[in-house]
Amino acid sequence: MASHLPPTSTPQHSQPASAGLAGEAHAPYRGLRRWLLTTNHKEIGTLYLVFSLSMFFIGGLFAMVIRAELFQPGLQLVRPEFFNQMTTMHGLIMVFGAVMPAFVGLANWMVPLQIGAPDMALPRLNNFSFWLLPVAFAILLATLVMPGGAPDFGWTFYAPLSTTYAPPSTTFFIFSLHLAGISSILGAINIIATILNLRAPGMRMMDMPLFVWTWLITAFLLIAVMPVLAGVITMMLLDINFGTSFFNAAGGGDPVLFQHLFWFFGHPEVYIMILPAFGIVSVIIPTFARKRLFGYASMVYATASIAILSFLVWAHHMFIVGLPLVAELFFMYSTMLIAVPTGVKVFNWVTTLFRGSISFEPPMLFALAFVVLFTIGGFSGLMLAIAPADFQYHDTYFVVAHFHYVLVPGAVFAIMAGVYYWLPKWTGHYPHLRLSQWHFWLSVIGVNLTFFPMHFAGLAGMPRRIPDYALQFADFNMVTSLGGFLFGASQLLFVVVVVRCVRGGERAPAKAWEGAEDLEWSLPSPAPLHTFETPPQVRPRES
Amino acid sequence: MAEPFERDPRRQGVRRTVARTVAVLGGMFVFAFALVPLYDAFCQVTGLNGKTAGQAQSLVHAGVDTSRTVTVQFVTRGSPGLPWRLETDTRQLRVHPGERREVHFRFRNQGAEASRARAVPSVSPSEASLHLRKLSCFCFQEQRLAAGERLEAPLVFQLTPDLPADVRTVTLVYTLYPVAASGARAERDAVGEGDRA
Repeated sequence: MASHLPPTSTPQHSQPASAGLAGEAHAPYRGLRRWLLTTNHKEIGTLYLVFSLSMFFIGGLFAMVIRAELFQPGLQLVRPEFFNQMTTMHGLIMVFGAVMPAFVGLANWMVPLQIGAPDMALPRLNNFSFWLLPVAFAILLATLVMPGGAPDFGWTFYAPLSTTYAPPSTTFFIFSLHLAGISSILGAINIIATILNLRAPGMRMMDMPLFVWTWLITAFLLIAVMPVLAGVITMMLLDINFGTSFFNAAGGGDPVLFQHLFWFFGHPEVYIMILPAFGIVSVIIPTFARKRLFGYASMVYATASIAILSFLVWAHHMFIVGLPLVAELFFMYSTMLIAVPTGVKVFNWVTTLFRGSISFEPPMLFALAFVVLFTIGGFSGLMLAIAPADFQYHDTYFVVAHFHYVLVPGAVFAIMAGVYYWLPKWTGHYPHLRLSQWHFWLSVIGVNLTFFPMHFAGLAGMPRRIPDYALQFADFNMVTSLGGFLFGASQLLFVVVVVRCVRGGERAPAKAWEGAEDLEWSLPSPAPLHTFETPPQVRPRES
Repeated sequence: MAEPFERDPRRQGVRRTVARTVAVLGGMFVFAFALVPLYDAFCQVTGLNGKTAGQAQSLVHAGVDTSRTVTVQFVTRGSPGLPWRLETDTRQLRVHPGERREVHFRFRNQGAEASRARAVPSVSPSEASLHLRKLSCFCFQEQRLAAGERLEAPLVFQLTPDLPADVRTVTLVYTLYPVAASGARAERDAVGEGDRA
C-alpha cells in the first residue's frame, strides 16, 4: 500500500521486552520512571496489554473459585456471601479490567501504525488514561479485604441491592468505576482525535483498515455511554451517602429506573467489547485467505448500524420487569434487527474465505474460531431476544452461556488473534508455532467444554449467580468446571508463548505475513520506538 | 517531532475534535440526569411503573358498570428495620368499575420509640394504575406514630369504567418504608443491625 518506506533506524534485534526498548536515543528515562512517564503510543500500548493480561488472570482466578464451588452440588469451599463477591468481581474485572483495556492497548499500538501517524494525537493524556487504570483496579480489589466484603450484587449492580442492601465497600467500588470510566473516555477522545486528524496524506476514511474503522465507531459509543454510566453510579453514590432517592422507592424513586439507565449504558457497552473484535478479525481473515476483504464498505456500514441500533434495544435485558406489551414487542424486534448487520459481517467473512488460498497460522486459527463460536453466541442471543421465551431463559445459565460465548471465544479470542497477528511486528519474532497451536486447541476445547453445557443447564432451569444447585444439574456443572479448569490452565501457555516471543524466536521480516497489506507491515520488525515521523504516502484503496 | 507538530494545521484539527467530543460528553452526562425527570414524566403519562397519583383525585361520574366485576387485592408489606405493622381485614374485594369503595388499614408501631414511615403504593398490572383513582389515601402523607401507637386510616378508591377489558384482577401493594433524616444510609444501617449481623 505504501509506496514510500520511512527511513529505517534500527535493524532487527532481540533485546528483552517489547519494541519500546529499541535502543534509540529518545527514551529520556530509564527503569520505572520510563514506564511511568512515557508518552510513546507503543510503550503505552504495551502497558495496557500487560495490565489487561494480569487482570485477565485475576478475573480468571475468581472464575476458578466459582467453578470449583460449582464442581459439585452443595456448599463445599466458600460461603455464599463470598461466592457472590466472586461472581461480581469476576464480571467487573473481566469487562472493565481485561477486555476493554486490551482493545485500548491494541488501538494504541496499531491505530497510529495503520494510519501512518507518528503517535497518538494527545500523548500525555494517553499516559494519564493508562495510569488511572491500575489505581482504579487496586481500589476495586482492595474491597475484597474491607469489612463487609467486596461488592456482591453482580456486575450489573442493580439497585436496591447495590444501594440499600450493599456492603459499605460500595462507595469504593463506585470510585473505582468512575476512574476506569474516565480512563475509557480519555482513551476514546484520544483515539477519535488521532483517527480524524492524523491520517497519512492520501488516506481517506474509506481507505482505513477495518480495525481503525471499528475502533472509531467504538470510541464514539464510549463517548456516548460512559457518561451515562458515570451518571448512574453518581446517583448511587448520592443515594447511599447523601440521602437522595433516585432508586429508593421509600423516597419516591424507582429501582426499575436504575435498570433502564444501566442498560442504556450496558447494551452499547457490550458492542464496545465486540466491535474492535470485528475489526481485528476483518484484518486477519483477508491476510491468511490471501484475498481482499469482501464487502469493505458494507462492513463499515454494518458496524455503524450495529452501533446505532445498540441505543434502541436496552430493555431486552429487562423483559420480565413488567414492560407493557408494546414495549416488549418493540425491543424484541429491534433486537432481532441487529442480527441483520451482524449477519452481513459473518457472510462477508465467509465470502472472503471462499476460494481463498487459506493457511492456518495461529492468528488465523483464532480468527476462524471467532467466526464460528461468536455466531453460536449470536444465535443464542436471538433466542433470548424472543420476549416470551426470555421469560423462561431470564437469569438462567442460558444467559451465562450466551454472553460467555460472545465474550470469551468472541472478544477474548479476537484479542488473542490480534496479539498473535501483531507480535512479530512488536517483538521482531514469530510466536512459537507448536506452543501457539497447543494454546489454540486447548483453549478452543476448554471454552466449548466450559460454556456449551451451560446452555443445557440453563434451559433445564438452573438459575445463575447461585453457589449451590439442584442435583439434576450436577453432571453439566462438573463438565463445565473441568472445561473451565482446562481453559484457565491453558492460558498459562499463552503467557509462555508471549514471553518466549519477546525474548527470542524465529526472526520476522518487515512483512511478517505473506498476505498482510496494511501500512504497519511497511515498517521494520520490531517497529522502532518512533515511526512515521515523516508521513508515508498512501495510495487510495482500489475498489 | 513536537516542534513541527506544534505548528501543524492538524493540531487545530485535534483541538477542534477534542472540543466537540468533550461537548458531547458533557451533554450525555447531563442527559443521564435529565432521564430521571423524563422517566417520571413518561411513567406518569403512561402509568407504566404502577405508581398511583400522589394526591387526592376526584370521583369520575360515568355510571357504574354492573355487568363487569373486577377483583381488587390488597397486599401490605413491612420493611426490615422498621418495627411497624400495616394490616387490613379486606384482603380482596369484588368491585364494579365506576363504584366508589372504602377499605380500612391499621397501622401499629411495635417499637419502643416513636418513628416515622410512609406507605408507598404500587399497582399491578401497571396499565391499571391510570384507572385507579384514589379519593383519599393514607399514602398521600407520611405517618408518625409514638411507641405502641395505633392508627386506623381509610383508602377510598374507584376503578374508572374505562379500565381495559383484559384486566380482571388489580393488585394494590403497600410497602412501609421508614422515613429517616439521612435516607438510604440510615435504612441500610437499620438493615445491617437486623439482617447482616
